[in-house]
Amino acid sequence: MIAVVDYGVGNLFSLLCSLRSLGLDCVVTNQKEVLKRAERIILPGVGAFGDAMEKLRESGLVDTVKELGAEKPLLGICLGMQLLFDKSMEHGEHEGLGLISGSVLPLAKDIAPTLKVPHMGWNKLEIVRDDPIFRHFQNGEWVYYVHSYYAANCCDHILGVSEYGVRVPGLVRSGRIYGMQFHPEKSGGAGLRLLKAFSEL
Amino acid sequence: MVSKRIVPCLDVRNGRVVKGVNFQEIRDMADPVEMARYYYETGADELVFYDITASVEGRKLFTDVLRAVASQIFIPLTVGGGINSLDDFDTVLKSGADKVSVNTGAIKNPSLIGAAAKRYGSQCVVLSMDVKRVDGKFHVFANGGRIDTGMDALEWAKRGEDLGAGEIVLNSIDTDGVRGGFDLPMLRAFGEIVSVPLIASGGAGTMEDFLELFQYDRIDAGLAAGVFHTKKIEIGSLKRYLKDSGVNVRI
Repeated sequence: MIAVVDYGVGNLFSLLCSLRSLGLDCVVTNQKEVLKRAERIILPGVGAFGDAMEKLRESGLVDTVKELGAEKPLLGICLGMQLLFDKSMEHGEHEGLGLISGSVLPLAKDIAPTLKVPHMGWNKLEIVRDDPIFRHFQNGEWVYYVHSYYAANCCDHILGVSEYGVRVPGLVRSGRIYGMQFHPEKSGGAGLRLLKAFSEL
Repeated sequence: MVSKRIVPCLDVRNGRVVKGVNFQEIRDMADPVEMARYYYETGADELVFYDITASVEGRKLFTDVLRAVASQIFIPLTVGGGINSLDDFDTVLKSGADKVSVNTGAIKNPSLIGAAAKRYGSQCVVLSMDVKRVDGKFHVFANGGRIDTGMDALEWAKRGEDLGAGEIVLNSIDTDGVRGGFDLPMLRAFGEIVSVPLIASGGAGTMEDFLELFQYDRIDAGLAAGVFHTKKIEIGSLKRYLKDSGVNVRI
């Protein structure tokens, strides 16, 4: 069973539909016991970093998520991926979960002003390090992004990148913890195949 | 780099896809779920659904359709039509929409754009504008293109962006449904001043029209309905043609 962490952030409808379309057993929960029983954890998220961390703290799930990351495959998606890092500079400086070393920085400062922010749309994901998560994925397939901040100083953890003025880390990993900056649940067949590979880890 | 997007638009009334010409003459076309699946499988980058029903029953049918689509189609879905409040945002987002398009509702109450952007993020708020030339100026039209608001469309686009709209859809009433090509002079006027992604709508008739559109690099996506619904243009062929012509598209 895959448990999707419910901490009051974002719309989980599409994510659940995509997991169910793969025939995967999944549940949305904020219960520690359910998260502990699950085989895999997904940490979703949209919105602002500071607000999301605050909600995760209010849910009392920060320590649980940190512990589970050491025990079983955990996948952070979009803002959920950004939360995995040490800190973010989105509207001030905010401490993250610290599960992957690196920091989250504004794209606008590091790319040409002619490039639009948010980085929104389909971009190619280039594999920089092979990994079981790519079992059903081919180098250069297209994935769907919507974000204005990106993970930096995390070279050792990057599995896949997309070019958008900078090399945007699209897929990262540390131990059993994975992060996807793009939305696999909105990335057509390519995204579904990445989720399938996650379910097989 | 991000690809140019091809976006079929489905106008839904009482649970069926319909299509008008110059915003009138509505014809019944197909089942929206079937049509959405066909577009997903042939390579559409995104789908837009407009609810053009006014009745409560029609609204219910629409959200049922949306849920059915969102549970089988895994690309971004934008929903518009009759979005007047944050409650309306909430309803469609919970039914599977990723982005919500506001038009007349935002003209009546511009603060809706800012309030929605604050709650759901700018990426979620699409400002859709129906624009027509009046005495040599671009005017914003409301109520499905029927009422001239007298507002300057360029100013409205800029204001919408400042209020927090993350994307702008520009429908040219002058070229809509005519299939004589996108309204490039109008699109250029907006492209110069808008810095969020710009989606062109109205006038697509041939594959060459899309090529011509994307040669102007400030345009991020091309939206069309009739030419895709009638299969005059098949999306897979269109994308191969664009790719062969040097346009960055997802294949």
